[in-house]
Amino acid sequence: MDISLAHKQQKHPLMPAAPRWQVWLPILMLVAFLIGWEALVRLSNIPAFILPSPGAVGAKLANVVLNGTLLHHSIVTLAEVVGGLALGLTVATVLGYLLAKSVTVERALAPYLVASQAIPIVAIAPLLVIWFGSGMFSKVLISALIVFFPILINTIAGIRGVPADLHDLMRSLRATRWQIFSKLEVPASLPVLLAGLKIGATLSVIGAVVGEFAGANAGLGSMISLADGQYDTARMFVGVLALVTMALALYGTVTWIERRALRWQK
Amino acid sequence: MPIRLCGKNKTTTPKRETTECPDNLCVYMAQAGYLLDGLFYVTISAGDINLESIGIMSTPKLELRNVSKTFHANGMVVRALENISLAVTPGEFLTVIGPSGSGKSTLFNLITGLLEPDSGEILLDGVVDVVRAGHFGYMPQRDLLLPWRSVLDNVIIPLELRGIPRTDARTRARQMLPMFGLEDFADSYPASLSGGMRQRAALLRTILTERDTLLLDEPFGALDALTRRELQDWLLGLWEQFRQTVVFITHDVEEALYLGDRVAVLSPRPGRVANMLAVDLPRPRRRGMIALPQFGRQMSELLESLGVEV
Ligand SMILES: Nc1ncnc2c1ncn2[C@@H]1O[C@H](COP(=O)(O)OP(=O)(O)OP(=O)(O)O)[C@@H](O)[C@H]1O
Ligand SMILES: [Mg+2]
Repeated sequence: MDISLAHKQQKHPLMPAAPRWQVWLPILMLVAFLIGWEALVRLSNIPAFILPSPGAVGAKLANVVLNGTLLHHSIVTLAEVVGGLALGLTVATVLGYLLAKSVTVERALAPYLVASQAIPIVAIAPLLVIWFGSGMFSKVLISALIVFFPILINTIAGIRGVPADLHDLMRSLRATRWQIFSKLEVPASLPVLLAGLKIGATLSVIGAVVGEFAGANAGLGSMISLADGQYDTARMFVGVLALVTMALALYGTVTWIERRALRWQK
Repeated sequence: MPIRLCGKNKTTTPKRETTECPDNLCVYMAQAGYLLDGLFYVTISAGDINLESIGIMSTPKLELRNVSKTFHANGMVVRALENISLAVTPGEFLTVIGPSGSGKSTLFNLITGLLEPDSGEILLDGVVDVVRAGHFGYMPQRDLLLPWRSVLDNVIIPLELRGIPRTDARTRARQMLPMFGLEDFADSYPASLSGGMRQRAALLRTILTERDTLLLDEPFGALDALTRRELQDWLLGLWEQFRQTVVFITHDVEEALYLGDRVAVLSPRPGRVANMLAVDLPRPRRRGMIALPQFGRQMSELLESLGVEV
């Protein structure tokens, strides 16, 4: 344990350790950026509907937080995102497993799966809203569609990447199919699968917003497009900020899961 | 079938050759001995035909009869094994030596049922068993520890697969760790272990299959000479204690002689049993025996049958 740690520390012997104050650099950058932005808006005569000042955005943020609008829309979008991610993940991993295990299934489905990637999601989003209504379900579908492919590809890569000799070992120990699945295939392909889920987590937010743009009465995407119609640019900024936060939080959650599940890799 | 009766430990110098089968011998013939150049070899004590005393009467733990295997891979035809016949008696330590590519690992893959022979049959305790997986403690050539499991959780895999609850399996395995010098590494991941420790962990996993026949494929192949010797003596100690039947594949002539009761030499591809040598050393083995004249003699004989100029 100690030895491996010592080894880690020597990994970059040529790079001196960063002084502590440099930890604050990104935050300093942000503050400088906000001050520059505020100054730009005040000194030039940019109208607020083109570029609101950070102060105005802050005020709007406080406003929508206090009257509950932001929470309401955020919960709707979050539900769509989580629903889409769950649906996409389930279908992609199940189908990916079958594709990885069976050449026949792969031959039958691969051309359509690849072709499906040529369809721009933005273009079929309105169609899905027409078919499934402007409620949450159509957004869940769109979000699921967008996360489907990267997770599918990573599932296939993960399962196919399980070394043949580990399979042989399990077979020589007379492991059942279920035991091979749960004790070998799942843990062995988990790193690749989680990498796919990471990509999927950020994509799922995009999917939900695209769906809401195509027609919705709630959610951060619909809040943004409504504000757009009212030239309430500050509110649009708030919406974008909330979406970025959500995407980062999801990404962080998956990273956290990854770190816990793949502790052995460290 | 012509039979050749050989003095004990003198397999290669026949005492008597006969073309007719003595009645009492015929019974056992089907069960013990091996074919070489069309002759059926039976090892007996010089002079008297007391088969029981030398363990021939018991049914072989494992027997291969005329087993052949050919691979067809991307248009290439590789004849890996041809007409292999072998019998391993219970409690015997058989070492198998042969050049790289002579089909040693293939032999184990056939025995464990990972592959099926093209022809011939494989008998366990005297019967042809179609499902051979799970009958052996098989240690593959690479240690194949699962990188996401700690040492302790790696070695309990055979127990876990048999349905023993993890906590019970862990308790059982933990008691064995000191014997394998792994007590301080129970919770380490394989990546942080040295080569020797990984081999010991893989060996403990093999032992925990709790089978009475062990198939070890070059278990010490990747180790330095010093660690290798240390582990050889340690393995012999283990075997003396538990007396499993062991088939041990190696590249190393000295290792083959030092460990084995008999040494089977495989010819270059296609692998056949080119020689079967009964090791002329007493048990328990001691390092010093390497200096004995018969050790040197048998070493040259092995090298010769491997085609090395001596
Ligand atoms: N699954 C397979 N498909 C095709 N060819 C194979 C397969 N397994 C083994 N072979 C071939 O059979 C021959 C014997 O291989 P094997 O691994 O049994 O040799 P070995 O005696 O164990 O060699 P080494 O000492 O290097 O481990 C080799 O030529 C190898 O290429
Ligand atoms: Mg081999």
